[in-house]
Amino acid sequence: MNPSRKRRIRLVVALTAALLAAGALVYTSFSAGSDEKTAGQLLDGAVAGKTYTLAGTVKDGSVRRADGVLWFKVRDPHRPVSVRVRYTGLVPDPFREGRGVMVKVVRRGDLFVGEKDTMVTKCPSKYQVAPPRPGSRLASIA
Amino acid sequence: MATVGRALLIVAFAVALYGVGASLYGAFAGGRAWVDSGRRAVYALAGVLTGAFAIMEVAFLRSDFSFNVVATHSSTTTPTFYKATAAWSSQEGSLLLWVWLLSVWSSLALALTRRRVREVAPVATAVLMTFAGFFLMLTIFWANPFETLAAVPQEGTGLNPLLRHPAMMFHPPMLYSGYTLFSIPFAFAIGALVTRRLNAEWIVSTRRFALAAWLCLGVGIVLGARWSYTELGWGGYWAWDPVENASLLPWLTGTAFIHSIMIQERRGMLKVWNASLVLATGTLAILGTFLVRSGILDSIHAFGASTLGVPFLILIGAMVLGSVGLVVSRRAELRTEHRIDSLLSREAVFLAQNVILVALAFVVWWGTFFPLISEAVTGTRASVGPPWFDKYTVPLAFVLVALSGIGPLVPWRRLTLASVRRGFVLPAVVGGVVALALLLVPGAWSQPKAAAFAGVVGFVVASVVQELWRGMRARQSSAQESAPVALAGIVRRNRRRYGGYVVHAGFATLLLGVAVSSSFQHAKDVSLKPGQSARVGGYDIRYVRATSHAGSEKISLGAVLDVSKGGKHVATLRTTRGFYPSQDVTQGIVGRFFGGESESEVGLQAGFGRDVWTVIDPDIAPLEPIIQQGNDTFRRAMTGILARGGGRQQLAQLYALRDVAVTAVARRFVTRPWAADFRFIVSPLATWIWIGAIVTFLGGLIALWPAPATARRRVTAGYAARVARELARTTQ
Repeated sequence: MNPSRKRRIRLVVALTAALLAAGALVYTSFSAGSDEKTAGQLLDGAVAGKTYTLAGTVKDGSVRRADGVLWFKVRDPHRPVSVRVRYTGLVPDPFREGRGVMVKVVRRGDLFVGEKDTMVTKCPSKYQVAPPRPGSRLASIA
Repeated sequence: MATVGRALLIVAFAVALYGVGASLYGAFAGGRAWVDSGRRAVYALAGVLTGAFAIMEVAFLRSDFSFNVVATHSSTTTPTFYKATAAWSSQEGSLLLWVWLLSVWSSLALALTRRRVREVAPVATAVLMTFAGFFLMLTIFWANPFETLAAVPQEGTGLNPLLRHPAMMFHPPMLYSGYTLFSIPFAFAIGALVTRRLNAEWIVSTRRFALAAWLCLGVGIVLGARWSYTELGWGGYWAWDPVENASLLPWLTGTAFIHSIMIQERRGMLKVWNASLVLATGTLAILGTFLVRSGILDSIHAFGASTLGVPFLILIGAMVLGSVGLVVSRRAELRTEHRIDSLLSREAVFLAQNVILVALAFVVWWGTFFPLISEAVTGTRASVGPPWFDKYTVPLAFVLVALSGIGPLVPWRRLTLASVRRGFVLPAVVGGVVALALLLVPGAWSQPKAAAFAGVVGFVVASVVQELWRGMRARQSSAQESAPVALAGIVRRNRRRYGGYVVHAGFATLLLGVAVSSSFQHAKDVSLKPGQSARVGGYDIRYVRATSHAGSEKISLGAVLDVSKGGKHVATLRTTRGFYPSQDVTQGIVGRFFGGESESEVGLQAGFGRDVWTVIDPDIAPLEPIIQQGNDTFRRAMTGILARGGGRQQLAQLYALRDVAVTAVARRFVTRPWAADFRFIVSPLATWIWIGAIVTFLGGLIALWPAPATARRRVTAGYAARVARELARTTQ
């Protein structure tokens, strides 16, 4: 076969393969992607049994733990609503009230059940402790 | 001092602008003196920024809270080691570190190439100084590390507890060194394209910097993974987090580049590919920096939302458009000199390996930016998780490792049956034996992919050992040397080649650790009281006793655990959770000690065969009644002292009593223990991840180390002959 024709065929085959692979990548990412929703969006239209990524802020005073289960509420950043989450599994160190979190959840009635080990907590770049006081040997707060 | 620092930043900005102007004027108006002046401006920039960086470090070490950045990222109680590292925990400090490292590495590159690439270097200088000017502009107008406070606080707010880990001393500087070192081949590539000097000269002049960038970025990535494994309390080392991915992207394309330039140097091929790769790598390095700072993607360790996104987007846009425009406009000069003779040749293996690396980079890029892509396409932000990444990266990594073993065994131009017999038989046998041996381990049948991966790693290591052995034997017979001397001799004379082989063996070992530790891992989350046990991966782990400690930085609640197997003691593990105090006054005088940030101290028994890893997550809810009681008692006492007009001494006594109370509250975890949550993980071969990484970087160091004078002369002679051939061709 003519070498230049051979090269052209090889190029077409390689490009077709790359295109197919890229197509598969795009398709699977859209089908496997979990929609990111706020608390308000989930309350408005979450379908029971479907997995969503809930993004928002942990509501102050909402965190409770019982028998290895973490209960908390996630606040909507734009509306005065929140959803209750039941979560088991890994809790990232920075998790606390007022902190931004993302967790994969499934709706069960009014409750949203978090998938095990899916919680991500945004790490604050600035950390706060108070100034020390005389007489204290403990960490610097008064 | 802050005024001096600010002045130095402004001087540095002026020097950078001068460097850009002088270099470009010298390059295009033909003034050698201007070119030299532009180069010296880079040295001056490094000097000025060294002064600025030193001022910031001194401010941190002296706890000078008149500096806003010190007041918000350090405190007097922060240990000295972490005071030094706190400088780059801030947006402002890290930007200054970035530009300082850029100036230092640029000075080194331009000093080493001052007698070479004379046409290319001035444009490269202008590009590097443009980067420096951009980052200096950010530090002067957006994130000034020398901003001062009108009212100087008595104490700073302290360093984020999660960053108090030894790896954090080196992780950011290594990453930034990687990013800034990749700017050097990027700048020289731009220079070569602008001046149409597209032979291999710019590559030869900067390849060492590309290798150093690859090494630094790799070390930075591994240190970050180690930090994640031992500090973040989740038991993993890689989570496909956007910020982790940001550093992996330029590393992958950079790895492709340092392989494919060998083909251009040797056979004058892949010029468009190489130019595109290095331009993409430089752009991805800036993209990584942008991703950490812009807050556009949710990540566990980004700097959070900031106003730096727009300037970065403008820079990245200019880099992408400029790069594409230059490559397209120079496509005629970038035409390849030779074709690949056979698909069974080293060139073809290198190309396949390059395609795999670029495909990996594309997968990581797509998954990382998918939230933005999906939002743009569907209007809904969606994200993909680790299973999606694993689906694509695992098979690609498998092929990549296999190619890293095949490459050294395949000759240039064409593979013959004789060379197959000579090179492949032994490594293939070793690979097969390793895979079968792993399948004989009980339970391994369920993970055939891991066994296949182990077989491929066996093949790679055997091929590297075989190449070293053959080289050593040949030298032994020709030079009559002992085996160790001959081995050292071949490595010393061809560091790039044999260093590369060591890298392949190390990287394959690292991925073996990843494959086996993730495939055969046993993990369990349990709630235990002292005296109770859990069984994980054949190990019995007993919660022996609770511990508590009230220190000057934090309150720690922890556990001592006994690990045994078959009734035989294996290890004693200690894990704690540290509670740092909060500034939130509503939590009460005692409650604030338990209501701040918390971080885990992992209990780890690492071994060549397996790691036993544990972390405690104590529930402090049972302490809440006594904490509330303490809050009430001390609030009343405080109110009383203030009402009586009590002095400093009485307050000091009260704080001393409060310390006793806080210590006693923490002590309750020991005296009246309740159940605590634990995560136990048994990971086989996890230690080999770190061993593989060390071997990889040792190989990188071998490849990076300058060759001895005789070998260099020989290489230079070969290179000179090649340049002469290219010059003859272009003048025909």
